[in-house]
Amino acid sequence: MEMFIMSLTIFVLAIFVGVEVINKVPPTLHTPLMSGTNAISGIVVVGAILSSGGSEHTTVLSTVLGVAAIILATINIVAGFMVTDRMLNMFKKK
Amino acid sequence: MEILINLGYLAAAVLFIFGIKGMTTPKTAVRGNQLSAIGMLVAVVAALLDHNVVRFEFIIIGVLVGGAIGALIAKKVAMTDMPEMVASLNGIGGGASLLVAAANYLESQKLADMGQFTASYDWSLAVILSILIGAVTLTGSFVAVGKLKGKIGDSSKVMLFKAIVKLCFLILIGGAAYFAIVDPLNSDMLVAGLIVVCLILGVSLVMPIGGADMPVVVSLLNSYSGLAGAAAGFVLGNNGLIITGSLVGASGIILTTIMCKAMNRSLTNVLFGGSMAAAAGITKSENDAFYEGKVKFSSADELAMLLDGAQKVVFVPGYGLAVAQAQHATRELANMLEAKGCDVKYAIHPVAGRMPGHMNVLLAEAEVPYDQLVEMDTINPEFSQTDVAIVLGANDVVNPAASKDPASPIFGMPILDVHNAKTVVVVKRGLSPGFAGIPNELFIRDNSLMVSGDAKKVLQETISALKDL
Repeated sequence: MEMFIMSLTIFVLAIFVGVEVINKVPPTLHTPLMSGTNAISGIVVVGAILSSGGSEHTTVLSTVLGVAAIILATINIVAGFMVTDRMLNMFKKK
Repeated sequence: MEILINLGYLAAAVLFIFGIKGMTTPKTAVRGNQLSAIGMLVAVVAALLDHNVVRFEFIIIGVLVGGAIGALIAKKVAMTDMPEMVASLNGIGGGASLLVAAANYLESQKLADMGQFTASYDWSLAVILSILIGAVTLTGSFVAVGKLKGKIGDSSKVMLFKAIVKLCFLILIGGAAYFAIVDPLNSDMLVAGLIVVCLILGVSLVMPIGGADMPVVVSLLNSYSGLAGAAAGFVLGNNGLIITGSLVGASGIILTTIMCKAMNRSLTNVLFGGSMAAAAGITKSENDAFYEGKVKFSSADELAMLLDGAQKVVFVPGYGLAVAQAQHATRELANMLEAKGCDVKYAIHPVAGRMPGHMNVLLAEAEVPYDQLVEMDTINPEFSQTDVAIVLGANDVVNPAASKDPASPIFGMPILDVHNAKTVVVVKRGLSPGFAGIPNELFIRDNSLMVSGDAKKVLQETISALKDL
């Protein structure tokens, strides 16, 4: 339970940090912001790596699910960062 | 080693925050995005160093396959399709979190058999929450994609979907209670069943929402995709996931609020109020009668003559511009006008296009300098000194009824005051109503001219007519 309260504290505080930082992003950049956060939400790849790389505590099904999760999360990471970069470079030109 | 790994997750989270901070100006944004990418690399390396990770072959296969698909999508996608792209990525993110939660559930069973894990209430709650958010984000996003593409129309069966939503929630609450209290570790079938219920829930939540409200829905699902990651973080007890997920969650919530404000609707109204067009319920004949004989039609030649004498021109791009891919033609015409010494600006309504900031990206693609893109509150006082306002495929966001007619379904929605310009030229394919399903009084005003046709074609004809003058 202590662990849970710790995590909850971090969660709530991080939301406040997020609101503060993101409120300053101008409307011009809202689309790249969304695709950029798409990429960041690919962080769940961390959980997927822990699932598909384990040995004695995994099952066949959990490994399959883990690999599928890695594929999806990596799509998000790579597509998210690359398309955001593509868009932002259009804004940079001028 | 454990300490080093956790420091790695912290460093990644800090890099993400700096990365988003970079997004506050267009100049620093590219660098910000690179910082975020480095943060992701740090997090991945930290995960690979975990002592539980002993086999790398599956990880490598997964990363290669996902990376190749991701790179291909990012290179190929057209800027006009960004809303569909972001909606799809929301769904994929939700799906990944769902899979991680399911895989972790299976592993926890095995760890429990080995005597290394005992289920607690907060763990059970986290499992249920990550399944719920992940599954809803997955299916909800793909329904949103279908609506953005126009493949799924506005549904008239709002009540049916509401009933399904209620039923799903009832089953979910019952199932979750049994799961948490009675038997968290031997409930494979129950968990599988709850996943299916949550997948159905995602579909039923988004189906009744009108296509016009997709900017709000996509922003909200963006938030959910982050929260799904945070929930997976609670399941795994991983603070890196929790911090990062909540950053994305906050971002989506802010954008959702901005979109709702720009449409003067509450989030509850968007989510549960059904489609606006269905509510307004205007028939085609009523629509035709409204415009009958009152619209002054004009031509590209006349528009060219008007523009030839204009000192100040404001373009008002809407979704129609994106559909017609007219952003480059718009820029070309603007260049010609500027060469003649005319002042050219672009008025951007917050919900122009189909997602937050979509119009800005399209115009940036056509190399319009971003300082010429003016936000609604700044440009509105300038319309009275504007000679020609050119409305390109926008409708509801320039409807004066929003500020004058309390009976109008869009009353109170902030609009661009184009009707204050000396002449308003509306380039539109026909007189069909916009997303709100109501006729637009602007089109029958004395200072309005209508040029019917595809925005790109009309602009190209105007450009060649202007050259001949």
